[in-house]
Amino acid sequence: METVTHFESLRPLWAVLVSLLAIPLILLSGERRPNLRESWTLLAAFVKAGLVWSLLPDVLDGRVAVTSLGTIVPGVELALRVDTLGLVFGLVASTLWVLTSFYSIGYVRGAGEHKQTRYFASFALCLSSTIGIAFAANLVTFLIFFELLSLATYPLVIHKETPKAIDAARKYLSYVLPAGLMLVLAIVMTATISSQQGLDFVPGGFLERTDASAPLLRWLFLFYILGVGVKAGIMPLHSWLPAAMAAPTPVSALLHAVAVVKAGVFGVLRVTGYVFGPELLQEIGVWTALAWAAGITLTVASLLAMRQDNLKRRLAYSTVGHLSYIVLGAALLSLASWKGAILHLIFHATMKITLFFCAGAIYVRTHRENISEMVGIGRQMPVTMAAFAIGSLGLAGVPGINGWISKWNLAAGTLQADEPVFLMLLVLSGVLNAAYFFPIVHQAFFRSSDEYPRFGEASPLMVVPLALTAVVSLVLGLVPNLGAHAWDLASKAAVAVIGGGS
Amino acid sequence: MEWLHLLVRHWAYALTVLLILIGLHGMLLKRNLLKKLIGMNIFQGAIILFFIVHAYKDGASVPIWSKALGEHAERYMNPVPHGLMLTAIVVSVATTGVALALLSLIHKRYGTLEEDELLTALRADREEV
Amino acid sequence: MTLESPVQIAFLAAGGVAHESARLVPNASDLPALILVPLIVGVFLVPLLGLLRRRLAYVTTLLILATYAALALTGLRTVLDGSAIHYRMAGWTPPLGIELALDPLSAFVMVTIAVIGLLVTIYAGAAVRRETPEREVAFFALMVVMLLGLSGMVMTADLFNLYVFFEVSSLSGYALMAVGHRKAVVSAYRYLLLGTIGASFYLLGVGFLYVLTGSLNMADVAARLGDLAGNPALSVSLVFMVLGLGLKMALFPLHIWLPDAYTYASSTSTAIIAPVMTKVSAYVLIRMLYFVYGADWSLSELGVGPVVAWLAMGGVVWGSVMALAQQDAKRMLAYSSVAQVGYIGLGLATGHPLALTGAILHILNHAMMKSTLFLVTGSVELSGGSRRLGDWKGLGRRMPLTFVGFTLAALAMVGIPPTSGFFSKWYLALGLADSGQWALLVLLILSGLLTAGYFFRVLERVYAREPREGAVQPAGEATAAMNLPVIALGAGTLLLGLFNAWFVGRVIAQALPAGLNLPGVS
Repeated sequence: METVTHFESLRPLWAVLVSLLAIPLILLSGERRPNLRESWTLLAAFVKAGLVWSLLPDVLDGRVAVTSLGTIVPGVELALRVDTLGLVFGLVASTLWVLTSFYSIGYVRGAGEHKQTRYFASFALCLSSTIGIAFAANLVTFLIFFELLSLATYPLVIHKETPKAIDAARKYLSYVLPAGLMLVLAIVMTATISSQQGLDFVPGGFLERTDASAPLLRWLFLFYILGVGVKAGIMPLHSWLPAAMAAPTPVSALLHAVAVVKAGVFGVLRVTGYVFGPELLQEIGVWTALAWAAGITLTVASLLAMRQDNLKRRLAYSTVGHLSYIVLGAALLSLASWKGAILHLIFHATMKITLFFCAGAIYVRTHRENISEMVGIGRQMPVTMAAFAIGSLGLAGVPGINGWISKWNLAAGTLQADEPVFLMLLVLSGVLNAAYFFPIVHQAFFRSSDEYPRFGEASPLMVVPLALTAVVSLVLGLVPNLGAHAWDLASKAAVAVIGGGS
Repeated sequence: MEWLHLLVRHWAYALTVLLILIGLHGMLLKRNLLKKLIGMNIFQGAIILFFIVHAYKDGASVPIWSKALGEHAERYMNPVPHGLMLTAIVVSVATTGVALALLSLIHKRYGTLEEDELLTALRADREEV
Repeated sequence: MTLESPVQIAFLAAGGVAHESARLVPNASDLPALILVPLIVGVFLVPLLGLLRRRLAYVTTLLILATYAALALTGLRTVLDGSAIHYRMAGWTPPLGIELALDPLSAFVMVTIAVIGLLVTIYAGAAVRRETPEREVAFFALMVVMLLGLSGMVMTADLFNLYVFFEVSSLSGYALMAVGHRKAVVSAYRYLLLGTIGASFYLLGVGFLYVLTGSLNMADVAARLGDLAGNPALSVSLVFMVLGLGLKMALFPLHIWLPDAYTYASSTSTAIIAPVMTKVSAYVLIRMLYFVYGADWSLSELGVGPVVAWLAMGGVVWGSVMALAQQDAKRMLAYSSVAQVGYIGLGLATGHPLALTGAILHILNHAMMKSTLFLVTGSVELSGGSRRLGDWKGLGRRMPLTFVGFTLAALAMVGIPPTSGFFSKWYLALGLADSGQWALLVLLILSGLLTAGYFFRVLERVYAREPREGAVQPAGEATAAMNLPVIALGAGTLLLGLFNAWFVGRVIAQALPAGLNLPGVS
């Protein structure tokens, strides 16, 4: 295994802060100068993405950037550390924020949303928290940003202020707040039982068998999974996510397909790989429980997705399913499954955000949300629906699109872990994916409808981002290592956690 | 008869407890606000007596230095509790004063000091909130 | 040897300073008395100047409290090395004389009182004139007397002297509570009765201690208690103390006076009384349990710890549930106080250094949060709004600055990191976990949900609802003088959270009683 060196750098801190600093500027610009306001968002998005990307060469060379901000509670520092896994998540979130920012502008102006200042300010806060989660060096820092993210998403879920949105926001809070408290409980317990000072994430885990009895460790693991599992949408903790689709579509796209839910999944990866570690999980034997929870979720979610007529809700259930692919990969604790999980964290993001972008574009042009009303839409919005087709093919696992690569690794991982039953679930879920996506594409292109007025494509601010993410999904499917070195990063992280040999 | 013996020996405690109970009974169970105040005064009086009783010594003199008794502290009663209780009495008078001021305000506003009538009046008083 | 009245205290303190030194520059050892001097001067000056011109009462109070706050901060800085300054009143040595002691714990609570007092005064300058114009001078005068009483309670090292200060602060508190809505006189009267029971129980506890030890000086009493551990009279005195102080700090189920008293008093009175009064009683309880009786004996051997801890937890749950059910903003906050005092009670009853740290941190924390929240309800009412939460819909846009403060304080109450509210619960939780109190730990964590329930309900209305037809709405943003303290205190919760490790290491670790050391802090 190659050596890892640490170096002090302020770049991780700036990557977190830049969108935080944009908030006062956004608020000051206000509703009266929307162009100025949006340029702050775009500027912050570009700078943030640039900072995160600038850390990529370091990570590839095994150099880990560290920012320490002093002690936050005795013995624990508020610290950022850009390790491989953190960088993967950071890259995904910050890059997609750039695209989502353009898309958001097109969307909120196209749909005439109210309180746009609050919307953009909350969005910026969400991204700061997300990067904070990605780069958090220890559990307490992670917790702080995790809770901030829960909070910052609340104004976005309630944004429309309709009774439906208010209900959704209540539901959202009633899921994420208890989850946050469970996480606090788990971290307090960890701080009490662990002999390791500082609660730093360590590849391969820092909890040890000698720290506590096996039943206590099992309880601890349960609390952790309850804590991060709500955001990761593990059943039965998932039902806030379909409800949260009441939010404007860019929110669903970036937060409820990428940032928030991936923060949950990322939490699962951190807990399994960097707190408990494969050895301890094998010993106390809880990984099977998590794997089964994930396996059941990914099957049931796919079944539920088929029953949804509302496009965004169908996408939401699909997200619940795909998040559990990643959780399953994490739980199986094999090299290939971890690699597949990390790859799926990236690839699912590009695909699912494409689909949400498409749903939003359709909504802005046609004000339709139901699949049954979208017959023949492909002929009127060909670019949008072509992107949609690419995204859905990828999620179903068709070779040539990036989803196939991560699924293949996950499948290999089930065999490496000697659990072929999960392979069957994966295949079944792939078929179900196809079953709930293809009819949409089919009816969009191959069934004509004259009863609807003609619509054109949405504004370029929306179409270009969705086309871009579709193309990225396609290109990464052919050359997964292009640009972000996704393949290398996933391998490195998996090796660090699981160990090289197995 | 053990308890009786105990009671006689510790009559000061028994008296304090009795007075405190009378006072508390007045404060908590009487339905008239003024009677509650009287209960409070009895209650405070009990505690003052408790201190004073403990300053007492059989056969000792008042704590004023005299040649005859000399510098033998045990021949004088303990002056400290007396001093303390002077202050406590001042405090209790002040408390009573504030309480009476409040009572007169209550009577002016609601025309009664009876708890039951006052509760009805309070429920009817919708001013603010 | 004991003091008869504040007047006498004034003379003694002034005389003491003069007597101790003809020096023009007082030195550090006079600080405990010096801190009280501005307040003592204020007790006379505020009503006198107020008689000349009403407005002068406010200006004088402001100046006096600023001096007081500066001196209190100086005091805190002086004792941060863990030392203590003992000041002997009029030169009498303890145990005969009365001693004022400034140690890190008392200095910390003093600074809390001073900062809250100063900020609320800034607010009161604008608010009292509108809320209760005819009582402006009386308000400021009473407030200074109350702060003097509280400061005396914090600093005195004499058990009976503490009782006197206790009553000084209480009596002015009753009077302040009676100012406000029409019903306030009734709730203030009830508060007076129960408060007197509390103070008298405390005095009875002192009586037993005096009978046992023949001393009233805290350190002296503590030293003499060593071989009395088995004496039933000692247990009785402790029980009376806990009951009496529990009543004054509104420890469940002795909180019954609190909701009405806080609801009907004027918002400015509540904003100064709610944050400091119950906290100082909690401080006295810490003083008694840890510095006089000794935690090992009182909490563990006698078993007071678990009883208080579970009652406190009961208070957390009960207060939060009742707060959820309220439609009146002030009553909701009042019940929330019952819950928050529960956290302090929980921390001080556990006997673990981390839990005690949480309790002490929460004293400052809750003082800041609760005064912010009460000040905001005051701002809403004084700007023409109502206390009914149903009428708070859409206020976020009408009073954006005011509600920035409210939101910060509410989030701190819920315990969202990195606000300070999170960290006091964090230390509490660590303390409970480390002492193996798993049931209390889980309840503590889950209680955050109830708090979230009643605060997010308000935030949702304030930010995401449109006002209904005919709702009583404030005219607009409150004045700058009213917003400044609100925002300063709200931001304070955030800053205290971010720098809590520094604060805990530098201040609270020094304030812990000997024998309790924080792990990880040297």
